[in-house]
Amino acid sequence: MVQQLQPESCASVPASVTHNSFPPLRIEGLVKHFGAARAVDGITLELCDGECLGLLGPNGAGKTTLIRSIVGRVIADAGTVTVFGAPADSKEARSALGWIPQELALYPKLSGRENLQAFGRYNGLKGAALERAVERCLAWTNLGDRSEELTENLSGGMKRRLNMGAGLIHQPKVVLMDEPTVGIDPQSRIHIFEMIAKLRDEGMSIIYTTHYMEEAERLCDRIAIVDHGKIIAQGSHPQLVNAAFGSRSEVLARFAGINGRVLTWVKERGGGMVDGVAQFQVDGPNEIVNLFEASARSGLQMVDVSLRKPNLESVFLQLTGRELRD
Amino acid sequence: MIAAIVRTSLIGLRRDRGALVLSFVLPLAFFTIFALVFGGRRDLTPKVKVLVVDEDQSRVSRQFVQGLKQEGSLVVKMRPDPVNGQEQSEYTARSAERAIRDGSAPVAVVLPGAFGEKLARFDPKNDDRPDARLLEDSSDVVASLMIAGLLQKVAITSTINLMSERGSACFGRVVPDGQSKQAERINVSHMLPQDGVAESAAGPAPKKDEIIAVAATKVVGDKKSNPMISFYAAGIGVLFLLFTASGAAGVLLDEADSGTLDRVLSSHVTMTKFMLGKLAFSSVFAFAQLVLMFLWGWAVFRLDFWAHLPGFTVMGLCTAVAVAAFGLMLASVCRTRAQLAALSTLVILVMSSVGGSMFPRFLMPESMQKLGLVTINAWAIDGFTKVFWRDEPTSHLVPQVLVLVGAAIVFFAIARRMARRWEFA
Repeated sequence: MVQQLQPESCASVPASVTHNSFPPLRIEGLVKHFGAARAVDGITLELCDGECLGLLGPNGAGKTTLIRSIVGRVIADAGTVTVFGAPADSKEARSALGWIPQELALYPKLSGRENLQAFGRYNGLKGAALERAVERCLAWTNLGDRSEELTENLSGGMKRRLNMGAGLIHQPKVVLMDEPTVGIDPQSRIHIFEMIAKLRDEGMSIIYTTHYMEEAERLCDRIAIVDHGKIIAQGSHPQLVNAAFGSRSEVLARFAGINGRVLTWVKERGGGMVDGVAQFQVDGPNEIVNLFEASARSGLQMVDVSLRKPNLESVFLQLTGRELRD
Repeated sequence: MIAAIVRTSLIGLRRDRGALVLSFVLPLAFFTIFALVFGGRRDLTPKVKVLVVDEDQSRVSRQFVQGLKQEGSLVVKMRPDPVNGQEQSEYTARSAERAIRDGSAPVAVVLPGAFGEKLARFDPKNDDRPDARLLEDSSDVVASLMIAGLLQKVAITSTINLMSERGSACFGRVVPDGQSKQAERINVSHMLPQDGVAESAAGPAPKKDEIIAVAATKVVGDKKSNPMISFYAAGIGVLFLLFTASGAAGVLLDEADSGTLDRVLSSHVTMTKFMLGKLAFSSVFAFAQLVLMFLWGWAVFRLDFWAHLPGFTVMGLCTAVAVAAFGLMLASVCRTRAQLAALSTLVILVMSSVGGSMFPRFLMPESMQKLGLVTINAWAIDGFTKVFWRDEPTSHLVPQVLVLVGAAIVFFAIARRMARRWEFA
């Protein structure tokens, strides 16, 4: 089941909030093929001023291709991208965009400070302005005391933070973050969340791609769910859940031994199996009792039952029939 | 267990094309080049180019020149190659000397007036030997020695009839009655002159037992303390410059792999600016290497570096830019560092052997010498040789400068074109 939820348009936001009356980022009908594969399939999207928009989807959904199309590293086959009304490949747009790639795109033999200086210069900064920007980024990434160390000697989390700093050295108005927490420990992830929270407090417009629903739920005002190069739903977290589940809740049930009989029984009752756990949608708690009794009548032993509010993982499963992690 | 390890290693080798090329193609390539240079095919045997100035213009001297021309190991040039189809006049001693200085040939033979007359008289006993002047480029010692020897040989072979007549006359004087038994005992060697002729101003004294008194003059390199230092500084310098330039350009591949290049290109830096930056860095780096190489030559081997600074600067910069652009081109056509390592090793070593970095091109067969001109090495070495060996003015470096700068432009254009794959996906 694919469901398209229409978000509130940036045009409806008061003009005083928007920049030059154009939204920070507008993508219209973007298409990109790689051979026969359609990596981006007609995506239309708008980022509002000061908004953090999450792109949530499994690996290979097309999130990174979309981001790379915005920064001009991928040439789209069709569609347009504008940044505050200017074409994405214009000098104005490049100045306004900050890109934090998924890879650690840094010079390993340069220190953190030297990396920031290099990328600052590439973005047209020099002199005192450059040094101020470097100090600001070092403070933001909390790397001031390690700024003279070679990047290759920093920890994974520190490199991630430096990677983010390098993307923001020129103080862009729009930031594109491509899975900035990939491969780091929980503590470093929390550190990065705090950094993003600071950016949000400053009113920066952010696109944040992730395949972790917790991150999308925690950080993003609005979430666009991407699958097979398309946006299959977008809206705030409550909007998405409400559109997919209404007032229903989810029941998670474990059975003693999973066999063909269990699978058939779960399927007959409209449920699905995720990691050996049967999942059902129910309108109220009384339906749990019905499920419990029905399983007993069928000779199945339900050993553990819990009720939960649907999350983005559930929404994705509901919309695509697949898990987010697939 | 051992078989399993061998199998795993074989699979690894089979999939590592770079290692395969280095293991099998490179040795074959080198074997072929060295076989072509030092032996093997008869048509590729090196010939010595010699300029001949016949000031005598007598029947005997012409006969002598004809004898030289018939020597299979010589390429005898009496006049420069036609210019725009116009036949050039024959070499004079002065124009031949100029030609030696500019590297057109390693040696020239000047047959002075009365050469034929003296040769025909063949009266060595009275110390009236014919003399010949040898104008030589002292960097090619082999050519001078070879010509000096061949002059003696041709003196006999080209004038065999005259020798015969003169020999009979001498024989008649020694053995008046013409008795054959006595004639057999005669050692004709005493007919050869026993005392020397005046020594050449610059060259070694002619040997006393030679038919022709050869006076050698070094017209190039006569004041050089160590004739081959500048050659090796340039030759080895360019060889290593090529390696370091391709290595430096390989950073391009690393940056593309790590995503750094993508990030750079998402800023205000365009691909052309990025490549020009890389070219500038590699050029400066290569020039610094050359400076170090020649300074070392000056400090340790007494290479006259400071007197040739302008020429060195011109040649050094042109060589550095060409080499840097070549490295960029190599890196841009490769997909991985391993590919670059294999390709650069193969190409650079072949270029260096053909282009004269490993041994002088003038020792190679002519066809190989011409083939060498497709390499940066040959043009760079030729230029540095002009500066340090021939003491030519900087204005004479125009051909080398044009070729090296032109090559740099072509290499860079190819590299830029190939880099488009990193520019857009």
